[in-house]
Amino acid sequence: MVPPPPLPVAIPLLVAAALVAGNVRPHRRLADGTAIACALVVTALCGLLLVGSLRGPIVYWFGGWSPRQGIALGVDFAVDPLGAGLATLTSLLVSSAMVFSWRYFEEIGQLYAALMMAFLAAMVAFCLTGDLFDLFVFFELMGVAGFALAGYEVEEPGPLQGAINFAVTSTVAGFMVLTGIGLLYGRTGALNLAQIGRSLSLHPVDGLVVVALLLVTCGFLVKAAAVPFHLWLADAHAVAPTPVCILFSGVMVELGLYAVWRVYWTVFAPSLGQARAVTGLLVGVGCLTALLGAVECFRQQHLKRLLAFSTVSHAGMFLVGTALLTSSGLAGAAVYVAGHGGVKASLFLCVGILMHRFRTVDAARLKGRGAAIPVVGGIFALGGLALGGLPPFGTSLGKELIEDAASRSHLSWVAVVLTAASVLTGGAVLREAGHVFLGLGRLERRPLHEIQEPETAGPRWRTPLVMVVPAVVLLAAGLVVGVLPGFPAGVEAAARRFVDSGAYAAAVLQGRSPPRVVPAVAAVPEAGTVVLSGASAAGALLLALLSLYAPPRLRRPGPGRGRLRPAAWFGWAQSGDVTDYVAWLVLGTAVYGLVLALGLR
Amino acid sequence: MSPLVAWLPFGVAVWLFVVGLYGIVTSRHLVHLIVCLSVVQSSTYVLLLAVGYRSGALPPILIDVPARTPTVDPIVQALCLTDVVVEVTVMAVLLALAVQAHKRFGTADPTRLRPQRG
Repeated sequence: MVPPPPLPVAIPLLVAAALVAGNVRPHRRLADGTAIACALVVTALCGLLLVGSLRGPIVYWFGGWSPRQGIALGVDFAVDPLGAGLATLTSLLVSSAMVFSWRYFEEIGQLYAALMMAFLAAMVAFCLTGDLFDLFVFFELMGVAGFALAGYEVEEPGPLQGAINFAVTSTVAGFMVLTGIGLLYGRTGALNLAQIGRSLSLHPVDGLVVVALLLVTCGFLVKAAAVPFHLWLADAHAVAPTPVCILFSGVMVELGLYAVWRVYWTVFAPSLGQARAVTGLLVGVGCLTALLGAVECFRQQHLKRLLAFSTVSHAGMFLVGTALLTSSGLAGAAVYVAGHGGVKASLFLCVGILMHRFRTVDAARLKGRGAAIPVVGGIFALGGLALGGLPPFGTSLGKELIEDAASRSHLSWVAVVLTAASVLTGGAVLREAGHVFLGLGRLERRPLHEIQEPETAGPRWRTPLVMVVPAVVLLAAGLVVGVLPGFPAGVEAAARRFVDSGAYAAAVLQGRSPPRVVPAVAAVPEAGTVVLSGASAAGALLLALLSLYAPPRLRRPGPGRGRLRPAAWFGWAQSGDVTDYVAWLVLGTAVYGLVLALGLR
Repeated sequence: MSPLVAWLPFGVAVWLFVVGLYGIVTSRHLVHLIVCLSVVQSSTYVLLLAVGYRSGALPPILIDVPARTPTVDPIVQALCLTDVVVEVTVMAVLLALAVQAHKRFGTADPTRLRPQRG
């Protein structure tokens, strides 16, 4: 049975409205329970949509305004397996976040549950829509819910600043997208993705199309945290309530990337094809993002900032995979996103448990105290190894598939960058696992000036089971993605469907189902790359030990000491000042534009 | 309509976009920054309306006019309206955050909100 596609969007929106309208303040459990039930229902619906879309895209026209003679008149949802899969991951993470919140917050208004539901609805709709303008509307809805959630602890300076930086940068990005949409509409008179693609392909590519490509791509890349658009991310992720962080890191960043490629493959690919300028630019940017994020990640001692920068690094790796403009690269990135979503969410929940128990996420104040919760330490260390690329986690499988796809596109050196980024991010997490949970190492660290009051009141003597279970489940999900037989082949088939612009347009505009894609046989990474993955996990462990025990001269210096160390140069753009971030955004767009204009000439 | 007049709205849209961004980058007050954001936003209105305008056409109110009368594009005003609604929400959230920032930091200068360092 395939449910109507608007259902998983309408239900959480109605629940959000009901939670705000109904006076549930005295009954917090009622609000939380409703939200959990709603998120689980949405997960089931998205799962059904995913299964249904395996047979062919599900196209739903609102109000029955289906295309007349191949011309789209109405607004549609076009569900394909990758979009539905991302929606399923989203709703799964929202469910876990709501379960975790059950005991996490002492005092939290019913607005929190309502905002989470609105956020869920926006993200799911973003995955399912087939209309360019709706993509913008859901981008903004997702943004507004995200700003409010990031700044939920609005009395605290950290969350306030993080929310302002996030909101301003994201809003400017939204205007860039809208301007791009306006230009495309002016050229084609259409807003449906497939329709725009078809109209654009009737004319040669000119300056207007390149400008529209630039504006839409850069706008969505702001969400996807590509250098130099990544600056807002750490400020927002480090201060948002922990259950919200798992959504920001686990899916919101990935949704930005999804939008870039959804628009590219439906709108621009019919006229541009597999443009080498786009591959060159975005593979380069992805590598830079992966390395920069990894180095920044390794420098942090604030655990949430550390994980936030590791998300930047991973977003760079996803960008590399997708920018190859091949179905195998996209499939690798999709597997990686699924594995990363589980693992990173689990790591954030571990940090949330530390915050709940000890009222701080500063590693310097936590040294050895984590020994009281060994289970959480085990999850945290396993998560670190998974980020480092330990087979058979989904993260390692995804990384291997991207590396294979890159070598098939004659870009074998990408493997070096991806491995370096994995070693650094995995090493940083493992270092903190040793430091916090085992009290290892001779790190001399100064406690950070606390930028955020604890989200939870009072230190605790026990950790509720309801907080540990989601962390275990999510880590296990990250593992299952890597070992499930047939999963990579299925994703490969879905990715082929995703990059087939002609079949997408035929399905949307003519209602024609594409021929069934035969699952690829060779979606198994080569033995060499598997060994490399294992080696990179071992490298991460080695790096962690090295940074814990190396002589002080080689060790990473403490924060705030001397500005003349090379590592600090990586962080100088991270000023915390939103006007700087917008300046970087403008500069980045100009550079991207220059490269695209020269390359697509 | 002369080409100059036809291109004027697009020039205005570009000007508003760029001048708004300049205002944001050089802003020293959060409220000023948010107003500059709405200047950037105005550029999208001008662009959308210019895209849908047709010289010599009627407003798209199709009552008591003969069929096939040229009208301006009715879609763009719907887009503008949606844009207005969406951005009013964003501005409301941003202004609320600005008020809160002024309360908490004692300043609304975005460059003097205490930076977070890790």
